[in-house]
Amino acid sequence: MAGPPTPRMKALEAKVVVLGKEGVGKTSLVVRYVGKIFSKNVSPTVGASFFTFKMTVDNHRVKLMVWDTAGQERFRSMAPMYYRKANAAFLVYDITQYSTFENMKTWVDELKTATDTPMVLCVLGNKCDLKDQRKVQSDEALMYAASIGALFFETSALTNEGVQEAFLRLSLALISLSKSAPNCGLITKDYDARRKSEDFLSFPPSLLLLREQIKEEEEKEEEEKKVGRCC
Amino acid sequence: MADSPGRPDGTDDEDQDVLIGEEPGASVHPMLATEDSYEELDYDLNIEAPITEQRERLASGTIASIVEEHTGPASAEEVGTEATELENDVERSSLEGDLSNLQISEEVTQRRADTVPDRQDVPNDTDEEVLQNREAGQREIKDEDIHSSVWRDHKKHVFILSEAGKPIYSRYGNEDKLVSLMGVMQALISFVQDGKNNLRSIVAGGRTFVFLVRPPLILVAVCRTHESQQQLLLQLTYVYNQVLSVLTYSQLSRVLETRKNYDLRRLLGGTEKFLDNLLNLIDQDPSFLLTAVRCLPLDSTVRDTIGHSIQSAKIKDLVFAILIADNQLVTLCRMKKYILHPADLHLVFNLLNASTSFQAADSWIPICLPKFDSAGFLHAHISYLDNSKACLLLLTVDKMMFFELAKCKEKIVEKLKKHHCIEAINRAVAGGGYRCLEVGISDLRHFIYKSKSTAQFTAPELEAPYREKEERARLFNMYQYVHQRVHNAARPLKIMFHVGSREAMLGWVTTGFELYAVFGPLATKQVAILAVNKLLKWIKKEEYRLFILDPPEF
Ligand SMILES: Nc1nc2c(ncn2[C@@H]2O[C@H](COP(=O)(O)OP(=O)(O)O)[C@@H](O)[C@H]2O)c(=O)[nH]1
Ligand SMILES: [Mg+2]
Repeated sequence: MAGPPTPRMKALEAKVVVLGKEGVGKTSLVVRYVGKIFSKNVSPTVGASFFTFKMTVDNHRVKLMVWDTAGQERFRSMAPMYYRKANAAFLVYDITQYSTFENMKTWVDELKTATDTPMVLCVLGNKCDLKDQRKVQSDEALMYAASIGALFFETSALTNEGVQEAFLRLSLALISLSKSAPNCGLITKDYDARRKSEDFLSFPPSLLLLREQIKEEEEKEEEEKKVGRCC
Repeated sequence: MADSPGRPDGTDDEDQDVLIGEEPGASVHPMLATEDSYEELDYDLNIEAPITEQRERLASGTIASIVEEHTGPASAEEVGTEATELENDVERSSLEGDLSNLQISEEVTQRRADTVPDRQDVPNDTDEEVLQNREAGQREIKDEDIHSSVWRDHKKHVFILSEAGKPIYSRYGNEDKLVSLMGVMQALISFVQDGKNNLRSIVAGGRTFVFLVRPPLILVAVCRTHESQQQLLLQLTYVYNQVLSVLTYSQLSRVLETRKNYDLRRLLGGTEKFLDNLLNLIDQDPSFLLTAVRCLPLDSTVRDTIGHSIQSAKIKDLVFAILIADNQLVTLCRMKKYILHPADLHLVFNLLNASTSFQAADSWIPICLPKFDSAGFLHAHISYLDNSKACLLLLTVDKMMFFELAKCKEKIVEKLKKHHCIEAINRAVAGGGYRCLEVGISDLRHFIYKSKSTAQFTAPELEAPYREKEERARLFNMYQYVHQRVHNAARPLKIMFHVGSREAMLGWVTTGFELYAVFGPLATKQVAILAVNKLLKWIKKEEYRLFILDPPEF
């Protein structure tokens, strides 16, 4: 036998909450990452949606259980239920609306006071495809993220820019958190390789309906274009 | 006249010969509240019943009692509702000028003192933020110019304002631009109220104005349609219920009591879409007109299997499990002691109908079902099963129960898959219901049949000539018209035959059912009566497929 034995795969389960004002693109980001799709007409979240998905990073099978919240005022009182046992939080704002950046900070303050276990924070400036409408400068957001010890990325759910990287780096941070703070609530187990085949890279079944819907939308648009021409 | 099949005694005799309790779709196991919606409406608008009874009707605390049952009274949240009554003068009067047809009816103001301790604080806000909030979900109709004829010519406007006259919602146009109009409405209402009366409706300029005062809100409908005041009031009540479903009555009244000028739109953010959708449904779906629920036609053995599968996954604190496909009820499993009101179920249908968000992932939302308990939220786990058209809602009183319910759902899905029930539902949805032809009455074009004892109705799919949108709307208006005639409070008809230029419609109301049947324009009343007797027999024969007669319980 040649070479050192490869280290055993570990399995890590983590709870992630996505916070930020409604309309900044939280659902679009999650759907983009989980389903590799973008729908212009993604329906505003009501209450909160729960996604799970898995990825392999750094010899870990990471299962993320993601609460995508609505971000509306009236659901604010429900929020503790979603971040209570979270191991990580995406804090999303829209780079074209300064108020969403300010709103995002109120979430950080709430997290700081309401949770006591260590948590990975990741600030996301979304809609970075709309550069000409930018209202929040990268530097300001970066400084802020640094001040709270958070990761920072600018993303676009539309073009996919930065999305993969954000999720990947979040997972890596979770892995190192699980090592550095063993009682942070993160569970690592030895990974059972027999299950490997079934749980990777299949299209998430929960998004099949959405994908069909996007197809229909596109077809409809095509048709409308055709109709539009003859009028 | 055509040789009519059926019983030889099919005469003009308007007396029914269907035995009470034997009507098609009758059941002694109701899962839905079956009060007559107009009686209920009148009751709510005009409370004269003794105080104790009132309390029962207005009673909240159902959720508290479920919590109590499971945790013991000591830890139960204190929820109580007081109802007090104010006597008002009975008087008829009229205003001058344009408002010559003003109707004023006596009404007892209804006040509820909420003794719920502060569970949710009144949030602070600024109006600019509200505007920003709303930028996210802009509606196209928002851009409409309210001075344009397009805006004015809409068939039915609906407005919601606070008692202080602050705009909250307008079906068309941006309500921010309607401040002065809403101010006038508010002034009108308070002017009449000062005279210890309540404003119900005005007929002026070819339009009907209907007002529903539900402190702390005022709801107004302005229509060019031929719907009756009662029908419109009922519709406004649905709209009011929709507001409660996202806020609860407790929160609504507390917020507006604390700050009269509070901009409620802040708390209602994202609700506009549901109000818009509700109003569109009301204009085309007989469920609202009939205060009844439509069931997905399904083989009774399949429905029973689905019921058992859900029953067997029972967990503590699961109050209702509702399975819906294609805007129709597949089954409803409930805690023994509790029944649902169709009006509450309409809110659930509207929720699913108005948003595709639930299709992307399992959701967890607080929802208030005002007829069930207007003081608090139930929590709903919502998921489309196995990417089918079937959507399962699991309702509980505990806001921390998402993961337990997620497991419960998994169990249900497993059972349903094992018995191929999801395929059966998909097939039933794809089939698009049943055809009128199946009944075997040649001149019968369409019908709606409501079984009163179960608050369920059935109707065949709409076929030619009602495929076109305009024709469908025309047919629906005709149903509304006949419905209004057979329910007219002043002169209710048991049976009514209406002959129009393009079709004839028979409306028939008994203690057990309501039936509306559409025939060709040449049909006579006699033929129609013979036909509906045959139709009743057919529905009776099919009743286990068309209705839920043995609803499962936990
Ligand atoms: N141009 C652009 N639009 C986006 C992007 N992400 C989301 N949106 C749009 O922003 C709106 C709100 O998105 P949504 O995901 O519902 O936001 P959420 O309320 O935070 O979940 C939708 O119309 C999206 O199509 C993005 O990266 N770029
Ligand atoms: Mg969302």
